[in-house]
Amino acid sequence: MALSNVVETPASGFNFENVSRNVALEGLLEGGHTKAPKPMKTGTTIAGIVCKDGVVLGADTRATSGEVVADKMCAKIHYISPNMYCCGAGTAADTEKTTDLLSSNLTIFSMNSGRNPRVVMAVNILQDMLFRYRGQIGASLILGGVDCTGNHLYTVGPYGSIDNVPYLAMGSGDLAALGILEDRFKPNMELEEAKQLVRDAIHSGIMSDLGSGNNIDICVITKQGVDYIRPYQESEYKDKRQRRYKYRPGTTSILTEKIVPLELEVVQETVQRMDTA
Amino acid sequence: PTLYSANWMQFITTTIMAVEYDGGVVIGADSRTTTGAYIANRVTDKLTPIHDRIFCCRSGSAADTQAIADVVTYQLGFHSIELDEAPLVQTAANLFKASCYRYREELMAGIIVAGWDKRRGGQVYTVPVGGMLVRQPVSVGGSGSTYIYGYMDSNYKPNMTKDQCLRLVSGALSLAMERDGSSGGVVRLAAISETGVDRQVILGNQLPKWSTA
Repeated sequence: MALSNVVETPASGFNFENVSRNVALEGLLEGGHTKAPKPMKTGTTIAGIVCKDGVVLGADTRATSGEVVADKMCAKIHYISPNMYCCGAGTAADTEKTTDLLSSNLTIFSMNSGRNPRVVMAVNILQDMLFRYRGQIGASLILGGVDCTGNHLYTVGPYGSIDNVPYLAMGSGDLAALGILEDRFKPNMELEEAKQLVRDAIHSGIMSDLGSGNNIDICVITKQGVDYIRPYQESEYKDKRQRRYKYRPGTTSILTEKIVPLELEVVQETVQRMDTA
Repeated sequence: PTLYSANWMQFITTTIMAVEYDGGVVIGADSRTTTGAYIANRVTDKLTPIHDRIFCCRSGSAADTQAIADVVTYQLGFHSIELDEAPLVQTAANLFKASCYRYREELMAGIIVAGWDKRRGGQVYTVPVGGMLVRQPVSVGGSGSTYIYGYMDSNYKPNMTKDQCLRLVSGALSLAMERDGSSGGVVRLAAISETGVDRQVILGNQLPKWSTA
């Protein structure tokens, strides 16, 4: 079990110390006019397909916090390793941290063993972690990559179930995206056709789902390398800023200036050589 | 507190079935995984290999059954290497029961274990939700199983041939898929015997047709 020393997670796992504090706070806020902040979710459309030369992943770029768009250019396609990328839907913090953890562990594994990580390994690590946390980590992930065994696409659910299929869509816009994919997917598509199909699927999610929107990111993974196109297509509904909201230096006038030099005396100096041989 | 309600759990609501015949077993399943009313995967493979001649049919929570199957695959593989011999189907079934019974409060898993071994030939063991273990010549499971108990009881006879079993299983599964909303897709079959495992897929338009359909 060579993995056991690599995939070490802190023994305490989740820290529930703040639960009672949050409950008390929520009780205080209920009476007043303010509400507790909602977690930032990526109400999302993400999709992926396996094509002849590799894997194409796509995502929208909207992150919502309740009914407000918190981030208009959120990056939902996360780097896992040079040959693998992962789209994440669900709670933004969970997808971010889970994929970060996976990426770090796989880098350590690569260094330890001298091998490029395989997609099945990443999927198994994700499944293991999410199952262990029994659905408390709200991350729905689409993992795609190319390794020595071929082109792979997997989905991992928040409870730790995996599915291995040639085309996938997840997130709040998944029904709309899947409609496009079911209609036009063919095995062994050419790269350009595949990119267009994924773009169309995400576009359909953006148009039909309130939680998805703004721009479309596309990530193409092939044996030759990765082409992360961000954004692949910008939203045609981009607004122009009315003014410049940056303040130029001198806007706030300085009335007085007082400089106090700190008198420091060098008492002792030690030099330690680092052995870099 | 969970961020996601139980609706977000992916369920293999399914119909699964296994039949013994002289010389092996025939197992079958539909291919639908649901998340609430949405079909998350319409081509699921619910027939999971545990060892060379031992398979399990999974129903219940997708995550739970995948995790249990992985654990048992490891345990059985280790046991088989220690013994330097092919494991018994009864051993695999007991390993499933051990996990399903010990963690019965946390798990939702209904599993049928079936395979062939040298000592007793083809065997079918069922480990339903709760962790019971019982050997049966024919076993059905999953939400769609309720619709085919009558068909199974009236059409199963002891000492059938492999082809009769294949027809029985594909017929029963297509009837269940017809009536149960949570079962559907394609029918996956596998015949396990001393010579090996023979897998097939029957697509929607090739399923046996019934007069009221």
